[in-house]
Amino acid sequence: MTRATYAELLNLLAGIALVAAVLTLWRRKLVAIVRLLAVQGAAVAATGLVIGIDRASVSAIVLATLAFALKAGVIPLVLLRLVRRGPDARETQPLVNVSASLVAAALLIALAFASTSAVVSLSSGPESRVIPLGFAIVLVGFFSLATRGKAPSQLVGFLLFENGVALVAVLAAAGVSVVVELGVALDVLLAVLVLQVLTARMQDKFGSLDLDQLQELHD
Amino acid sequence: MSVTRAAVPILQVVLVVVAGPLLIGVIRKVRARLEGRVGAPIHQPLRDLRKLLTKERLLPEHASWVFALAPAVLVSSAVATAALVPLVSTVSPFAHVSDLVTITALLLLGTVALALGALDPGTAFGGMGSSREMTIAALTEPTLLLSIAAISILAGTTNLPAVVASTLHRPEAVISIGYLLAIVALAIATLAESARLPVDNPNTHLELTMVHEAMVLEYAGPDLALVESGSSIRLAIFLGLLANLLVPWGIATTPSVARLALGTLAFVGKISLLAILLGVFEVFTAKIRLFRVPELLALSLVLSFLAVIIAVVHR
Repeated sequence: MTRATYAELLNLLAGIALVAAVLTLWRRKLVAIVRLLAVQGAAVAATGLVIGIDRASVSAIVLATLAFALKAGVIPLVLLRLVRRGPDARETQPLVNVSASLVAAALLIALAFASTSAVVSLSSGPESRVIPLGFAIVLVGFFSLATRGKAPSQLVGFLLFENGVALVAVLAAAGVSVVVELGVALDVLLAVLVLQVLTARMQDKFGSLDLDQLQELHD
Repeated sequence: MSVTRAAVPILQVVLVVVAGPLLIGVIRKVRARLEGRVGAPIHQPLRDLRKLLTKERLLPEHASWVFALAPAVLVSSAVATAALVPLVSTVSPFAHVSDLVTITALLLLGTVALALGALDPGTAFGGMGSSREMTIAALTEPTLLLSIAAISILAGTTNLPAVVASTLHRPEAVISIGYLLAIVALAIATLAESARLPVDNPNTHLELTMVHEAMVLEYAGPDLALVESGSSIRLAIFLGLLANLLVPWGIATTPSVARLALGTLAFVGKISLLAILLGVFEVFTAKIRLFRVPELLALSLVLSFLAVIIAVVHR
């Protein structure tokens, strides 16, 4: 792999991940949003794989493969099962309308690029130039988390956020250390499983997944 | 040498004036065949234009000079754009003024002229069409500007022939994420600007959905012929520009007769292919609700914005 191809590949994968994050703000069908999340997860994991191959680090390659199975396989499947459970959850109900969300995303992306220019200038490697894209995913994911009303969409927002953090971590440090990476991955998986059970319980108990309705205590 | 060079703009104008209506014919034919109909012959739009031109000129009772002038402005701005943009060749006597901003402004001039003309007679449909068209144009024009700007930044110049020539020299630039995003945004803007599905349905006169058709409702005879011709020229320009930005191969870089002939063939081939793809796409696409059109256009705007940012950072 030449340096130019390597840089272009990192660019392309991080770009795909960011575009997937923006598209989740545009689509309304939850199934489509979960698929986009899977595409993003695959792109983030592939970034780790490319960096691992470039540095010929076996542990990084193994970790990236695990991340791929988790982010593009297990988590989207769990979410799809959750989405298909209740008819209530098929469409998202954003608190901010779609056009405004997209404009907000554009501003957040600009903010991410403006605020990370210092980080980019720290190192001259091709990885550091892609870091602003990772930060942009973090911000867009956080925006998604904050403006979506229903539990599954908020879960998706959280996972977008987490993908962004993972992308920044892998770009900044080429994976922190095996133990920490594994711990984070397991944490995320556990969080998704717990939230899935919680959401299913919500659906059974209240017949709705709208978090704004959960304002009073019940016996 | 200089004669063929001077002939380039004339060639391009003649080509789009003839090819525009034929493109519409090709799109209709593809749609008809895929829907199991025989469909009108490909040159039917040209026949329609000839028929309209022989008809008597009729103006609405309360129309002012704005209404009468709008079709002429639409066609002349489209023709001027066709002379400027690199469609058949990157060398032309006007190459130095073929700037990104100039082109966008010329195209916007035609859009605004038609919207004003539709507003002028004071009918309900015309006003509705204008209002919708302006809502769409307010989002597509910045998209157009930003997406071509992203490609310009990658090429290092806003001069369109130079941009196309630079892509010719560095074909690997096309597969970078910034370039691809810009092309996708430009494609969405093209669909919206040329009033195609899923933004506008060119085959319907249903008042709930029509945009372009509502604007041209008051035009008849030669005026309608001008409007139709102007719209088809714009379609040809948009498709040609999109094709040359994505796959510039075949475009003439020297003004020799042989290269110009090859460039013409390549241009006709590329826009025909795009028209066929557009026809197939339209068969499988439903028009989106009018109130969701801004969402699609906002998406294309964000994509083009993203393309610019990525282009600036990774240049």
